[in-house]
Amino acid sequence: MTQTEQSSQDVKLSCRHLWKVYGENPKQFFSNGATTKEDREKIYARMLETSHIGAACDVSFDVHVSEIFVIMGLSGSGKSTVVRCLSRLVEPTVGEVLFDNIDLLKVSENELIDMRRHKMGMVFQNFGLLPHQTVLENVAFPLRVQGTSKAKRNQRAREMIELVGLQGREHAFPRELSGGQQQRVGIARSLAVEPEVWFLDEPFSALDPLIRRQMQDEFLRLQKMLHKTIVFITHDFLEALRVADRIAIMKEGEVVQIGTPADVVMRPADAYVTEFTKDVPRVKVIKVEDFMRPPAEGLSESAAISGDTTLEELLPRLAKSAGPVAVSNGAQVIGQVTAQDVVTALASAETGDTAGS
Amino acid sequence: MNTIPTDIDAQPNRFGLPADAAAWLAVGVIMVVTLALRGQHAWLINYPKEWVIPVADWVNVFMAWFIEAFRWLFRAMSWLISWPMEAIRITLQWLPWSATISVIVTVAYIAGGWRLALFSALALFYMVVVGYWPESVATLSLVAMSVPLSLCLGLFVGIAAFTWRSVDRVVQPTLDLMQTFPTFAYLIPILFLFGFGPVVGLIASAIYAAPPMVRNVILGLQRVAPEIIESGQMSGTNSRQLLWLVRIPSAMPTIMIGVNQTIMAALSMVIIASVIGSSADIGWEVLSMMRKALFGQSFLAGIVIALLAMVMDRISRELAHRGPVDHDAQASWLTRYRYLVIAIGAGVGFVVLAQFFPALGAYPKEWTFYPAEQLNQGVNYVIREYGSTLDAIKNNTLFYFLLPVRVGLENTVKPFTWGFDLTSTFIAFYAAGVALAAVLAGWQWNWRASVVVIILGLIYYYGTNGIPWAAFIAMTVVLAYQVGGWQTGLLALLGFGFILTTGTWVPAMRSVYLCGAAVLISFIGGSALGVWAARSDRVSAFLRPINDTLQTMPLFVFLIPVIMFFQVGDFPALLAIIMYAIVPAIRYTEHGIRSIPAHIVEAARAQGCTKRQILWNVQLPLALPEIMMGLNQTIMFGMAMLVVAALVGTKGLGQAVYLALNTGNVGEGFIAGMSMALIAMIADRITQAWSSQKKAELGL
Ligand SMILES: Nc1ncnc2c1ncn2[C@@H]1O[C@H](COP(=O)(O)OP(=O)(O)O)[C@@H](O)[C@H]1O
Ligand SMILES: [Mg+2]
Repeated sequence: MTQTEQSSQDVKLSCRHLWKVYGENPKQFFSNGATTKEDREKIYARMLETSHIGAACDVSFDVHVSEIFVIMGLSGSGKSTVVRCLSRLVEPTVGEVLFDNIDLLKVSENELIDMRRHKMGMVFQNFGLLPHQTVLENVAFPLRVQGTSKAKRNQRAREMIELVGLQGREHAFPRELSGGQQQRVGIARSLAVEPEVWFLDEPFSALDPLIRRQMQDEFLRLQKMLHKTIVFITHDFLEALRVADRIAIMKEGEVVQIGTPADVVMRPADAYVTEFTKDVPRVKVIKVEDFMRPPAEGLSESAAISGDTTLEELLPRLAKSAGPVAVSNGAQVIGQVTAQDVVTALASAETGDTAGS
Repeated sequence: MNTIPTDIDAQPNRFGLPADAAAWLAVGVIMVVTLALRGQHAWLINYPKEWVIPVADWVNVFMAWFIEAFRWLFRAMSWLISWPMEAIRITLQWLPWSATISVIVTVAYIAGGWRLALFSALALFYMVVVGYWPESVATLSLVAMSVPLSLCLGLFVGIAAFTWRSVDRVVQPTLDLMQTFPTFAYLIPILFLFGFGPVVGLIASAIYAAPPMVRNVILGLQRVAPEIIESGQMSGTNSRQLLWLVRIPSAMPTIMIGVNQTIMAALSMVIIASVIGSSADIGWEVLSMMRKALFGQSFLAGIVIALLAMVMDRISRELAHRGPVDHDAQASWLTRYRYLVIAIGAGVGFVVLAQFFPALGAYPKEWTFYPAEQLNQGVNYVIREYGSTLDAIKNNTLFYFLLPVRVGLENTVKPFTWGFDLTSTFIAFYAAGVALAAVLAGWQWNWRASVVVIILGLIYYYGTNGIPWAAFIAMTVVLAYQVGGWQTGLLALLGFGFILTTGTWVPAMRSVYLCGAAVLISFIGGSALGVWAARSDRVSAFLRPINDTLQTMPLFVFLIPVIMFFQVGDFPALLAIIMYAIVPAIRYTEHGIRSIPAHIVEAARAQGCTKRQILWNVQLPLALPEIMMGLNQTIMFGMAMLVVAALVGTKGLGQAVYLALNTGNVGEGFIAGMSMALIAMIADRITQAWSSQKKAELGL
């Protein structure tokens, strides 16, 4: 009933048994077809012997329409490699990447360029702006390479610049902007062609903490308007929790867990994940939809809250109201929560945590 | 802080000697045996003519055939190129000087503001006032034509080398060779193929000036941040768009450095090409005045070259530094193109004005200020007054330094020079002195230092001329092998083998002697100045503009002052080479010392080191790799100047190239040029390898 579950049929982008191996002769490990779990161990051992690096190892996941899918992991765990495989900036060694059920690895160079021109947008950690172009030209660049007329692309670029709040700086050059402003340009550029899938590779990691926070809010605001299908990379667990619908956690090229923020925090798959979740305040992660119960008859809809309200936001509401609080999806009441539910949820989260570690 | 080299491969062999020490011992044995036998066997010193491989003849035969077969093609090209060249020349010569100057000054203003505009105006006005405007314009038009050719050539070769590894594998060694190949030697085949005429200078400079562009294009393209390329790809660029809209514009700052270097190289080559005397340009003016011993005149013309170089360098450098400018679409056409309008307006304005005021078109002869005679009188006065001092400097350098290095003490010490005969007592004292120095060096540093002292002692006694070729080759090959591995050793062996077997050993040693002597002085003097500049901001600020200027000067210019005071011969050549080659020694030393992290020096100071101790024990050892790169560049600069120094009558490979140019002997020119390039390359590899070895030892 949440967004994720509603759209679980509509897979926008997925990868299946994706491998990217760096080294002399990466294909050698995959000469005899499928890669089962046992094969995997053998392959690792042989890669080590022959000094190959497995940047992405047997990665599989689905990204649903309008979902923010976050890939989280320490530096060097293969996040950038995976996201680049999804757009074929990096050619995977083996595996499948399905974009709208088309195998991206089989399309021709021209088709790929066409898909990048119309269906994909990407934001980079260090912005990747063209130093010789103004803000306006940078934002209009993806349209320019498609052959859009100057008047049209400039108009569109101005809209995008306004969207990210940079109006007035159209004629500045990247070197004249602060980091946060440069990344706004990067965001505007990546949205100029109205992509269906939006890749963001550590978009805020190069920014100061305060600016980062502000940019995250901005990003969530944009997504509320645009409903893009998003793959968002970060090494910052709290950032992942803030923005994610679902999180994939990577470690040394492998995906170790995929789940909602609450899943990951309350049921970490292994000690590695537990380590991340240790210091995370539960009230910031657990959402109403994670523990609400079916609504009682005649529950007033007027003061209803939405399913993605966190406990932190819920508590003052509960304090004010005597009875249960209604949960609504905007159209109708879909559940209710009481103070007792909250306490139970928090208690189980703690035990879950202990069980995990 | 004498870091003891930790050679892994210095395994003691069965004589209990490390392998590299054994190699030097073998060199010593060869040296002693060949020196002992040279009396009976003259071939140990003079490689016999009968053994010479006639490569030069083969090249000539090939060239004769090649020219016969393809002359029409090259003549057609020459004819084609001569049209736009003539068009530019005639236009520039027709334009009133006032119009040309106003356009250039406008460009200077756009590039660097008022100061540069003023400097350019004064510099160009000097050319008008002394009456060298037509010659300056002739040079300018050649440069204006060759630079675009060079840039296009460089850009496309650079892109090709960046794109295809196979092209790169051909381009890199070609660039290395071109950079060390003597300038005059370029002219010979071009002269043959394209025929006598100004086109030769044009094509020679277009080819000669392309390598810096190629290098910077490759470097710039390689350095574009991967994220910028990825962002271009994600914007949906195809490969052509990615190259022209993303890679090349992003690489522009580096490419513009290449443009600056290409312009300077083109000017330098246009000037050098004037030795063939096919164009009435400023280089020819300097040269013909020099040949007539009219030094005041050649000095005035030389200043024109220097000023041209400075104006071109400053303008192109400033343009390179200027970032992109936004043409605000709201602004009117006039404001957007205001500079273009001003430039054209001023140009056209002066053309019109010149119709009414002819002085603005052709500067009147009566108004010229040409103080050549006064200059000559001044020089004569100095020579009259200080002649004995100048002679003393010259003779002392000759008798105590240059001659011994060339023919050895054994042929130098005579009553006429040193005031006494070469007695066995003197020889014994000399040998004892060298031995003592070797022992001291070994005690202070290590046995390698002793080897260096002994070799220097031997060279000073026997001269580069008197060292048997086998011993010299053995020495170089062992050095090359130990510093740079077997590839460098092989290069040294093949290189000197080529020089020996093609019969250019004697002139080659003559070049090694003069260049070596100049490099030694430049390096010691330059490093000392560099140390001083590193420790004093005032000295640094004083030296910087001088270095900048010296480095942009076309090589010709250096000959003028030395020839004024010292006429011709090895001594003025030595001075000219030093003036040019000292610059990198100063620069690299200063940079090396200044870029040592401050905390290391502070730590040394905290431990109570004196300034002198810090210099010798901390700064110099840490800056050594950089200082070695300075030595490398000093050698390269010295070799480049050596060729030009042939014009003041030095003997050696430079002279051989110059002679071949005059007699049109392609084969001889090729052999001499190649020999020079090989020596330069070997020296380059050895010093580079040494520098990176030291760097590795220091863990940098
Ligand atoms: N071009 C390459 N060649 C060799 N190894 C690479 C290359 N790119 C990435 N790697 C290696 O792959 C691993 C994953 O890198 P990356 O995907 O950039 O990690 P992350 O983005 O999570 O920091 C790292 O160990 C990195 O060293
Ligand atoms: Mg990354």
